[in-house]
Amino acid sequence: MSGAHSGALVAHQFDDAEQQHASASLGMWIFLATEVLFFGGLFCGYTLYRGLYPAGFEAGSHLLKVQYGAAYTVMLICSSLTMALGVRSAQLGKRKALVTFLVLTILLGAAFVFIKLRFEWYGDYLEHIVPAIHWAPQGKALAEITRLGASLNHVELFMFFYFVMTGVHALHMIIGVGVMTWLLILAWRGRFSPDRYNQVEMAGLYWHFVDIVWIFLFPLLYLIGGRY
Amino acid sequence: MYFGFPFRPQQASTVSVAWDHLFYFLTAVAIFFSVLIFVAIFYLAIKYRRRSADELPPPTRENLPLEITWTIVPLALTVVMFVWASSLFIRDSRPPAASTEIFVVGKQWMWKIQHPEGPREINELHVPVNQPIELTMTSEDVIHDFGVPAFRIKKDVIPGQYTTEWFEATKTGRFHLFCDQYCGMGHSSMIGWIIVMPPDAYERWLDSQMKVEPMSAAGSRLFSQLGCGTCHGPGQVAKAPSLAGLAGATVKLQNGQTVVADDAYLRGAILTPRQVAGFPAVMPTFQGQVSEDEVLQLIAYIKSLESPQGSKGKFQ
Amino acid sequence: MGTAALEVPSISHVNYLNASYGWRSWLFTVDHKRIAWLYLVAITFFFFVGGAAATLMRLNLIEPQGALVEPATYNKLFTVHGLIMVFFFLAPAVPAVLGNFLIPLMIGARDVAFPRLNLLSWYIFMLAGSVFLYSVISGGVDTGWTFYTPLSTTYANGNVMSAATGIFISGFSSILTGLNFIVTIHKMRAPGLTWFRLPLFIWSMYAASVIFVLAMPVIAITLALLVLERFFHVGIFDPALGGDPILFQHLFWFFGHPEVYILILPSMGVISELVAAFSRKRVFGYSFVAFSSVAIAVISFLVWGHHMFVSGQSIYAGLVFSALSFAVAIPSAVKVFNWTATLHQGSVSFDAPMLYALGFIGLFTMGGLTGLFLASLATDIHVHDTYFIVAHFHYIMVGGAVMGYMGGLHYWWPKMTGRLYPEGWARLSAAIIFVGFNLTFGPQFILGYLGMPRRYAVYPAEFQVLNVMSSAGASILAVGYLIPLIYLLWSARYGPLAGPNPWGAKGLEWTTPSPPPTENFEEVPIVTEEAYAYAKET
Repeated sequence: MSGAHSGALVAHQFDDAEQQHASASLGMWIFLATEVLFFGGLFCGYTLYRGLYPAGFEAGSHLLKVQYGAAYTVMLICSSLTMALGVRSAQLGKRKALVTFLVLTILLGAAFVFIKLRFEWYGDYLEHIVPAIHWAPQGKALAEITRLGASLNHVELFMFFYFVMTGVHALHMIIGVGVMTWLLILAWRGRFSPDRYNQVEMAGLYWHFVDIVWIFLFPLLYLIGGRY
Repeated sequence: MYFGFPFRPQQASTVSVAWDHLFYFLTAVAIFFSVLIFVAIFYLAIKYRRRSADELPPPTRENLPLEITWTIVPLALTVVMFVWASSLFIRDSRPPAASTEIFVVGKQWMWKIQHPEGPREINELHVPVNQPIELTMTSEDVIHDFGVPAFRIKKDVIPGQYTTEWFEATKTGRFHLFCDQYCGMGHSSMIGWIIVMPPDAYERWLDSQMKVEPMSAAGSRLFSQLGCGTCHGPGQVAKAPSLAGLAGATVKLQNGQTVVADDAYLRGAILTPRQVAGFPAVMPTFQGQVSEDEVLQLIAYIKSLESPQGSKGKFQ
Repeated sequence: MGTAALEVPSISHVNYLNASYGWRSWLFTVDHKRIAWLYLVAITFFFFVGGAAATLMRLNLIEPQGALVEPATYNKLFTVHGLIMVFFFLAPAVPAVLGNFLIPLMIGARDVAFPRLNLLSWYIFMLAGSVFLYSVISGGVDTGWTFYTPLSTTYANGNVMSAATGIFISGFSSILTGLNFIVTIHKMRAPGLTWFRLPLFIWSMYAASVIFVLAMPVIAITLALLVLERFFHVGIFDPALGGDPILFQHLFWFFGHPEVYILILPSMGVISELVAAFSRKRVFGYSFVAFSSVAIAVISFLVWGHHMFVSGQSIYAGLVFSALSFAVAIPSAVKVFNWTATLHQGSVSFDAPMLYALGFIGLFTMGGLTGLFLASLATDIHVHDTYFIVAHFHYIMVGGAVMGYMGGLHYWWPKMTGRLYPEGWARLSAAIIFVGFNLTFGPQFILGYLGMPRRYAVYPAEFQVLNVMSSAGASILAVGYLIPLIYLLWSARYGPLAGPNPWGAKGLEWTTPSPPPTENFEEVPIVTEEAYAYAKET
């Protein structure tokens, strides 16, 4: 049965829950397509300059702390798992499980952002390898750049891409954590049911997308230059 | 000129007549189809005008052959245009071998031009008629564009790289030079003249210029001022490659790449050096220490150096 | 006033306009029809701001040395004109006003798929517009609408950052609108309304929405990089630091050329509706017109390099982009031929919307054909960056997109307001616009062929005659645009009642009262026939 019987579960413009779900899902996929193009501009610039200045990008990559990158990767893959389990819980109407998995997802996401800002980026700042703001590589960093015969300008360009790409990604993580927190409040209040979990599913799609972007960022930024 | 009113820019270069023929063809096609559509609209709209308020016309019939026809005919026409335009473009994109090279540096908001013999000009370029001229151009700040309507040439002048264009003037006289790429406040005053002279008048003009050293001599002076000879001088083959005969030769880089030492490579080697195979990475960057004019002089000097075998290094 | 109001027949049925009152009922509405009005008010404002800038430019160009303003001011004028017209007028004109109003009505839906998102798009648009106007009022920006680097990142003195931020924000408004439309068209169609029964306006709005969604994010990230570079001086586009200014052009035109089709495709959709309605005939070659919209949307993403034929790109890249640019002309030509053929054996009336439509076909044909000069490598070199370009894209953007918008606005005005505009005045202004337009931009083709570069505040004296002609035309054009502003406003209140279907047109939007009720249809329509079923099959 459709329309009138679904009551407030279906917004006024839709005939039934099925139409509403299909619309939300298509809308989310289209949104993710725009996100691909948004990140695509960055990947395009990255590719061009990596081709032009291989030594600069190699040296720049060697300045990054790969242990952080690896840790983030594990954290994000785990968070994708907890998110997927959360969506499954919502689908089955298990409120407690949903709340638990949302909390785990939020924790992993927030930890990612916290470690990135507090330890990795702040560490870069202390090492004078933040382009434009605090750029004066010295010590080991400078030695690595010299060893590879890279131009300081080109390494700076790499670091700029690193900060912009991971920065835009971190911004998506922050937005994602915000959305998850909102969902958590709704879930706590018991607003989701097997008939009504669209928002959890859509947020899940977004979350997986942001994770996948990281799966591309990690090797492109941290693992190039034949170090590993 | 009709009624004192020009409908065509002057045709003053070797390419302009052939390019104009293509232009006329495109214009004819454009006018033909515009007229066709206008006439068809007027004719059909009036012939089938509504004669009574409740008139109902017969149903629209699909007509596949007609649809295919008016897809294929424009397609065929554009293929003709594409082939014609592209063959002209390819034919005229490389300068003749006997071209004289002249150097252009764009700067907000003026054109700085230097002849290999040494004379410099601002917003004016004197050239001999019937002599192919190749311009090697770069910019000190933003993107400019060196366009001469009478010659049908136009090319962006881009900071950080060399672009080239060429022309062979077929008429003497003064022709407008415009900056065609918007470059900031003074864009519309970044205009000048190309002055095309008979060869003997051009020689007299060259002689009448202040006695300045040729570009390669200026480059040689810079070469010693900057201390380039310490590593690149004769006999110093341990630290750095010899520059004699370098221009136009192929160079093997440390990373395995092979590149041709053209103007762009030489410029990059001075400003953002890349390690050449078999030599230590000791070359410092000269970015910020030499202007674009001076880089061009250094390149002119490097090109003037005889290779050990005695054949003069020649670009291209 | 009081007596006049007494003579005006009033609209008695409950509709979306009189269902609720007060500014809250407008600013917090989620009704697509009211949101269309919010956009209409905003873009009309922007249109006249952009138009004022254009008027000042044309006045200045009456004299070779500049009749009115300093070059620095002139540069700001054309930058503001370009940015406003592209991002704050043309991009939202047909989609956000007519598209918003009509897509649910045409497909038999109660609203768009995401009504709150729709309202959010408008607020984002207004925020973008405010940020942009701030940049204009607080000193202006003089980079040209193309923001070419390194001029914009390093050398320009104006408020590049706030202007670029405004455009950046407006991109998200367009993305959300496009997303909303795609989902609406996919998921909200009335029972029986299959893809090949859709009005062609829906097809072209769909194609334009796809471009919105795929092109806008690219300009967003590009402008974000530009702002970051200008702020932090990191050389991503600045050669002094190892960056490549040409990369900016690639990214910009990867967005920029599809953007042109965002502006024209919706108007093409309008023209299909108008030609059918005022010939009382199904559009000739329906499926060809429909698929040509899709073809344009796809190919438009592959032709950006023709904006860079003189920027030193390789010959081979030039050849590929040239061939693809010729290819994109074919679907446009197919549309023109089919529209013209629709008149054949029709019942053609010359109401004002039809005058705009016929004007569109003629002017778009000229704009499209002059585009061939720019796809062709050799001739493009000569006319690149000259007034030929200016003339060409104004034939598409004004002769095409704005004529389509004006025609559509007149055609659906009775549906939007429930009232008829004065037909005589409308025909007169359509004629004035047609004449003024050709006089303004026709001479610019010759100017460009003679070599006059675009964006020149002062120019050599030999170009003066044609410039004066162009400026004279612009004054006629300005009058042509002011007249509709007056009579349309007047008619919204005092016009005679239109009734549900004043044109005797087909389409679901004409089956509901004018103005439509808030929920659009009293019951969900069930579609059993093709679009434009004017004639009974014999």
